[in-house]
Amino acid sequence: MKKIIFILVLCTVFIRQISAQQTPAKAQNETISITGATAHIGNGTIIKNSTIVFENGKITAIGSNQNTTAKGTIINATGKHIYPGFIAPNSTLGLVEIGAVRATDDDSEIGNYNPHIRSIIAYNTESKIVESMRPNGILLAQITPRGGRISGTSSIVQLDAWNWEDAVIKIDDGIHINWPSSFSRGRWWLGEDSGYKPNKKYVKQLKELNDFIAQAKASIQSNESENNLPYHAMKGIFDGKKTIFIHLETEKEILDVLSLSKEHNLKKIVLVGAYEAHKVAPQLKQNNIAVLATRTHSTPDQEDDDYDQPYKNAKLLMDAGVLVALQNSGQMERANARNLPFQAGTVAAHGLDKEKAVQLITGNSAKILGIDHTTGTLEVGKDATLFISIGDALDMRTNQLEKAFIQGRDISLESHQTKLWKRYRDKYMNE
Amino acid sequence: MKKLLLSLTVIFGIMNSYSQDYFPKNDGVNTTNSNYTVFKNATIHTTPDTEIKNGFLVVQKGRIIEVGNAVSIPTNSVVIDLKGKHIYASFIDPFTNFGIKKPKSKGGSPFAGNPQYGASREGYYWNDHIRPETNALSHFKYDTKKADEYIKQGYGVLNTHMPDGIVRGTGLLVALNNKGPEGSRLVSDRSSQFLSFSKSNQSKQLYPTSLMGAIALLKQMYHDANWYATGNSTNKDLALEALQRNKKLPQVFEAGSRINSFRADKIGDQFNTQYILVGGGDEYARIDKVKTTNAQYIIPLNFPEAYDVSDPFMANLVSLGDMRHWNQAPTNPSVLAKNNITFSLTTHKLKNIADLKNRIAKAIEYGLDKKTAIAALTTIPAQMLGKSDLLGSLKKGSYANFLITKSELFSKENIIYENWVQGYKNVIHDMNITDINGEYEVVITGKTYDLSISGESSKPKAEIKIDEIKLGTKINYKDDWVTITFTDKDTTKTQYTRLSTTIGDTPKFWKGKAILPNGSHTAFTAKRKTENTSQKKNDKKPAIDQNEVLPVTYPNIAYGNSQLPTSKSILFKNATVWTNEKDGILNETDVLIKNGKIAAIGKNLNSGNATVIDATGKHLTSGIIDEHSHIAAAAINEAGHNSSAEVTIEDVISPDDINIYRNLAGGVTTIQILHGSANPIGGRSAIIKLKWGENADNLIYSDTPKFIKFALGENVKQSNWQSFSRFPQSRMGVEQLYIDYFSRAKAYEKLKNSGKPYRKDIEMETILEIVNGKRHISCHSYVQSEINMLMKVAEKFNFKINTFTHILEGYKVADKMAAHGVGGSTFSDWWAYKYEVNDAIPYNAAIMHKQGVLTAINSDDAEMSRRLNQEAAKSVKYGGVSEEDALKFVTLNPAKLLHIDDKVGSIKIGKDADLVLWTGHPLSIYSKAEKTIIEGAVYFDLEKDKAKRNSIENEKNKISTMMLKAKNSGLKTQPARKKEKQHFECETLETIH
Repeated sequence: MKKIIFILVLCTVFIRQISAQQTPAKAQNETISITGATAHIGNGTIIKNSTIVFENGKITAIGSNQNTTAKGTIINATGKHIYPGFIAPNSTLGLVEIGAVRATDDDSEIGNYNPHIRSIIAYNTESKIVESMRPNGILLAQITPRGGRISGTSSIVQLDAWNWEDAVIKIDDGIHINWPSSFSRGRWWLGEDSGYKPNKKYVKQLKELNDFIAQAKASIQSNESENNLPYHAMKGIFDGKKTIFIHLETEKEILDVLSLSKEHNLKKIVLVGAYEAHKVAPQLKQNNIAVLATRTHSTPDQEDDDYDQPYKNAKLLMDAGVLVALQNSGQMERANARNLPFQAGTVAAHGLDKEKAVQLITGNSAKILGIDHTTGTLEVGKDATLFISIGDALDMRTNQLEKAFIQGRDISLESHQTKLWKRYRDKYMNE
Repeated sequence: MKKLLLSLTVIFGIMNSYSQDYFPKNDGVNTTNSNYTVFKNATIHTTPDTEIKNGFLVVQKGRIIEVGNAVSIPTNSVVIDLKGKHIYASFIDPFTNFGIKKPKSKGGSPFAGNPQYGASREGYYWNDHIRPETNALSHFKYDTKKADEYIKQGYGVLNTHMPDGIVRGTGLLVALNNKGPEGSRLVSDRSSQFLSFSKSNQSKQLYPTSLMGAIALLKQMYHDANWYATGNSTNKDLALEALQRNKKLPQVFEAGSRINSFRADKIGDQFNTQYILVGGGDEYARIDKVKTTNAQYIIPLNFPEAYDVSDPFMANLVSLGDMRHWNQAPTNPSVLAKNNITFSLTTHKLKNIADLKNRIAKAIEYGLDKKTAIAALTTIPAQMLGKSDLLGSLKKGSYANFLITKSELFSKENIIYENWVQGYKNVIHDMNITDINGEYEVVITGKTYDLSISGESSKPKAEIKIDEIKLGTKINYKDDWVTITFTDKDTTKTQYTRLSTTIGDTPKFWKGKAILPNGSHTAFTAKRKTENTSQKKNDKKPAIDQNEVLPVTYPNIAYGNSQLPTSKSILFKNATVWTNEKDGILNETDVLIKNGKIAAIGKNLNSGNATVIDATGKHLTSGIIDEHSHIAAAAINEAGHNSSAEVTIEDVISPDDINIYRNLAGGVTTIQILHGSANPIGGRSAIIKLKWGENADNLIYSDTPKFIKFALGENVKQSNWQSFSRFPQSRMGVEQLYIDYFSRAKAYEKLKNSGKPYRKDIEMETILEIVNGKRHISCHSYVQSEINMLMKVAEKFNFKINTFTHILEGYKVADKMAAHGVGGSTFSDWWAYKYEVNDAIPYNAAIMHKQGVLTAINSDDAEMSRRLNQEAAKSVKYGGVSEEDALKFVTLNPAKLLHIDDKVGSIKIGKDADLVLWTGHPLSIYSKAEKTIIEGAVYFDLEKDKAKRNSIENEKNKISTMMLKAKNSGLKTQPARKKEKQHFECETLETIH
C-alpha cells in the first residue's frame, strides 16, 4: 500500500556523471588453464585441486591436477574456488536504471496480453547495475518484462557485451504469465478493508487466460497468426521452443496451472515465485514442472509461517525431487540481484547441502532456462563462463572475485561503484 | 422465521404527560392527563442487584412516582396486574449516532494534487479536525424506524453524536419516545463530549496523516486551550472556547481497539482527563494492562463470525491470531467483569441492533454474569453519563423507562412484552395472549380428530391427524380468535374443512363452528388432553455454539508465549566469545549471566545454580542493534507538516508485530524505530528492546537520551510524488527551513525564560531540546552536499548532529563527518532505487570507518533487519573491514550511536545480558541464531520455535474444526481473509481515514 504517486518526470533528468560501462573484454585468443582451485561443478559435486582448461571460449578439459594437463596461460588458484558463472533468472536488469525515475523505466508495456513484447531490445548493456553484478559472480541473466496478464517474452544474456545483440545467450526463451491471484486486496482508496480476501474474479480471469491460449492455439494451427502479433508470439509454447514462465504464489493457483497445462498440452512450464510450491511438490515432480523459487531473503507471507519459510523453500522442493533454482524479483530487484549467491547460502544455512545450494544459481538455473547445453556447469564442451573467488562464494566474507570469464573472455570486475570507491579511498590516502 | 410477531405498536394517549402549556395547540382542545398507572404484583428489579417481589410501580406524567411493596394507590389510577411478570429499567446505549448522518468523505488520496495544509474555517482552531463546537443536536433528526429497532431490544435512551473528526463536540441523550411532544424526549442536549483518532470527512486538511499525528494534535490542543483560557491569545477561536465549555462533560473517546484505548488513556493522563473509552472487543487479551488504565469502558459486542474454512486453500489466509479472536472474543465481557472493570455495553459495531439479544446470550454462555450484563445496559451507562438520578434504575423521580418481561432478563425463556419509555407504552409481544399449545381431541360430526398445537403462543403451529394420517393444516390465532383449515383424508380431492372459535376463558374446551367441504355449517368441540410446553421444538435458530476457549498468549498471535519469559541465571560453557571490548574474541570461554546482567567472563566458571549451556563450537555475541527500523509501529510518517517534531513513535508502538519475533530469530535485541522521511524535521523515535509479549511501555528504554528523525533530499522535497504546494521543494529550501526552525526555537526559549506568558508548543519544545543538545538527531541523508549543509547549520547553532542514517554518500565527506563528530549508520549495499542513490557504494561503511566515523549498518526493512549480521559481513567483502569491527557495526557501534553503550553493545561484566548464541561464526552466511536473550530472559530459542510451529498447526486445526461445526450448524460465516499488516520503510506514507 505505497501511497506514492510517481509523476512523469519529463526531460529534466540529467545524468550527473557520464561514465561509460566497463569495456567488454575481447574474445579469448589464447588457451587458459586454472590450477589448484576447488572447482564447484554446479551439479552438486566438487573437484579439489582441480585443473580447468579453456580454449576459444569453451572448456576443453577439467579434472583433478593429477589427471589433467594445464596448458596455455596458467593461473595458479591454489586454495581458491572456481564456480560456473552465477545466473539471475527473472530479472529486469538493464530494463530500469533508477526505480524512481520514469524516464529510465522500460520494463512494462500497457495492455494485458503482451506475449509479443520482447525485453531484449530494451536491454541496456551499459547499465551501471548490470556491471555491478559481475564482482559478485553473476555473469548471466534472464531479462524479463513485467506487468499485465502476459508480460511478454524474455531473453537470456551474458553480462559483458557492447550491445544487446552481442549479449544474447538465448533469444526469446520464454513467455511470462502473471497468473490470476486467488486472493485480492481490498481497495483502501474506496474505503475497503485493505487486507486480503478470496478473489471473486479469479475464475473469470482464469477463463479469460485460458481463452486467450485457446484462441492463440487455433490461430497458429490455421497459420493465420501472422496477422495477430500476440497470438503469433505464443507459437513457441505449443511446440516446446519457448518455456512458459508462470508467476504465482499459492497452492491452489499451482493446481490450476496443472489443469491448464493438460488442457492445452503445454510442453515446458516453469513456476516463478510459487511460495507454496512445497505443498504440491509431488505433483510438480510428476509433471516435470520446475520452480524458480520466491526470493530467499524475504519475509514469510503469512503471520503464522515459520520464520525461515522463505529461507528453506528451495530446500523443501529439492528434497522432494523438484528441479528448482533461485530468482530475485521483488523490491529493489535489480540492485539486489547481486546478492543471489548469499540467498543460496542462506538456503544452505537452513538445511541444504552447500553444493546443492550452488546448483540453485548455476546448474539448475541453466536447466530451467534451457541453456544447460552451453552453460551452468563446469563441464567439457560448455562455455568457459566461470570465476575464481578467494573463498566460498556463497558467503559474503569470502565472495571476493579475482577473475571472471564469460565465454573465455577475461572480463573487467570494475564498476561504477568500485571506481568511486578507489577514487575516494585515494582521496583520503593522498591527503 | 421472524421472531417478532406483533408489529410494534405504540399506544398513544394513555398518559399525555408533558405540560407544555406555552406551546400553541391547533389540533384540538388542550388536554392534560394527571392519572396514575399502577403496575402490581410484578417482580420489580429496581437495580440489577435489588428486587421487590409482588411490588407496585406507580407512574405518572412519564416519571416514577413510587416503587415498593406498600404504596398508596391514588384514586385516579389505572391498575395493571403483572402477576408472575418482571419489571426492569430500560436499556441505555452510551455510544450511538442515532439520528445523525456521518458526512461523506470527499474521496481521493489526501496526498493527490496540491494537498491542503491550512485550515478551512474562519474563527476556529488551526486544525479542521478539532471540532468541539459541534452540537450533535443541530444535525439530529429523530429516526422513528431506527428507534423501533432499539425499542424492540429494550432500549429506552440513547446517547448519540456526530461521528466525525478527532474532537467531535457534544452529543445528546434522547429518549426513544416516538410519540412524545417535541422537546420531551431530549434528556440532555449536551450529554458528553466525543473524541476519536479519526479525521473529519468535512475537511481535506492534510494534518494529521497518522495516528501519532492525531495523538500529538490532541495534546497540543489541550495546551492551546489552556493558553487560550489565560486570555493572552489575540485571535478568536470558537473551537477552543467550546472545548473549555465541554470540559466538565463526560469525555467519550472512541478508541476502537484495546491498544488505541491505551494510547488515548495516556493522553488523558497527561491532561488530567479520564476518558470513557469505547473499546474494541479485544480487551481480554491483555486484561492486566486494561485494568491499569482505571478507565470505564464502553464495550461493543462485535464477536466475529466464524471464518469459512471449508476451502482449505482459502482457509490458509486466516491467521491463528484472527482464528483465536473468534474463539475468545465472546469471553471479553466476562473477562472484563471478572477483573472488576466498569463497563457499559453498546450496540456500536453490531450490523443489526437485533443481534444484541443473541450476543448478550453468547456473552452469558461464555461466563458473563446476568446481573453484570443488566448493569452494563442500565445503571452503568446512566452513571457514566451522570444521569443516575433519571435513568438506569427504577426509583422515585426516575423516568418511567422500563421493561415488562415474561421472566428474568436474558433467561432462555424470557420475552420482552412491553418497553415503556417516558411513560409511553410500546408493545413488543402481547402479554395477554392465552397459551393454547397442547394436544386436543376434536369432534366434528361424530368423527374424532387429533389436533396438536405447538410453537410460540402468538403464532402457533397446528397439525391434525385422523386415523394416524396427517392432514394439511393451517392455524391462525389472533385477538382471541382461532381459525383452523385442514385438508381431507382423501388427498386426490382438494377440499377443506374450516374451524372457527373464540378462546375466551375456556382455553381447555372450545366450542365453535365448523364449515365442511360441502359448505354446510355445523358445530365442533375440542378438548385439551395434554399441555404441550415444548415451545422450542420449532425454533430453528441454531443453538449457541459454545466451544472450548483457548488460552491467551503474549502476544495473542502465533508464536506468542503462554507466559512471559523471565530472567534466568545461565552459564555458557566453552563458547567463542565476541566481547567487543579490549579482550577481542575469546576462545573456549565461559560467560555467566545473572539477574539480567553479565556476571562473569572467564575459563572454567562455577555454574552455581545457573543453567549450563554447552556452547562448544558456538559463538556468543552481544545482541544485534538496528539503528534504523520501522517494525512494531502503528504509524511511521506524519506527513502533514514539513516539521513534525511534536509526534513521537513512542505513542504508537505495536508490541504485537510478528516482525519482533522474526527479528529475535535473527539475533536482534534492540531497535530504534525511526519516524519516516517525509519531512525535513521528522518525529521523535522510540528505542526499544524486543521483549516479545510485553506491553508497549515495557519495551521502551528508560533514562536514555532521546532521538528525533530528520530527513534530507528527494523525500522531503517531495520529488517522487505529486505535491507542489509544500515548502521546501529544493535542497536550497531545506537549509533555510532548518535555520528558521532553530531560530524560532531559540526565540521560544527566550520568551519561555523571560517569565512572560507563553503558549506551550510541543514542536518548539522538541526542537529546543535539539538545539540545546538534549535530543539527538538521526538524519536520513544521501548526497554529500546536503550532508555537509546540515553539519554547517548545526555548527552555526552550536550543536552536533549525532547520526546520519542511510548516509550513502558519507564516503565522499567522511573526513568532514569525522571532524564534526557525527556517526554514520548506513545500508550495506542498497542503491539505484532513486536518483539520489546513484553514487551509493557498498564500500561506504568501510571508508567511513577508516576515516574515524563511528559506523553502523542498519536495515530500514523488516526483512533485512533479521539478517543484519550478514549485512555487516558484507563490509568484510566490500572494503576489507576486519571481522571484529564488522560485527561491531551491528552491535557496539549502533549502541554508541544511540548512547546506550553503557547498557548494551558488548559482553562486559555489568552490562545487560542481551546476548545471542550463534550456531557458528556470527558473520557466516551459514550461521543461525540459536538463542536470543534479553536481560537474561530467553526470547528466542530454536528448539522452542520448533515446538511452537507444531502447536500453531494443532491449534489451527482445532479451531478450524470448531469453525466448520459452526458453519454446519447454520451459523453465519465470513469469507477467509488476511488482515493487512503494512510493512513500513522510510518512504511509506500512510493515511488515517
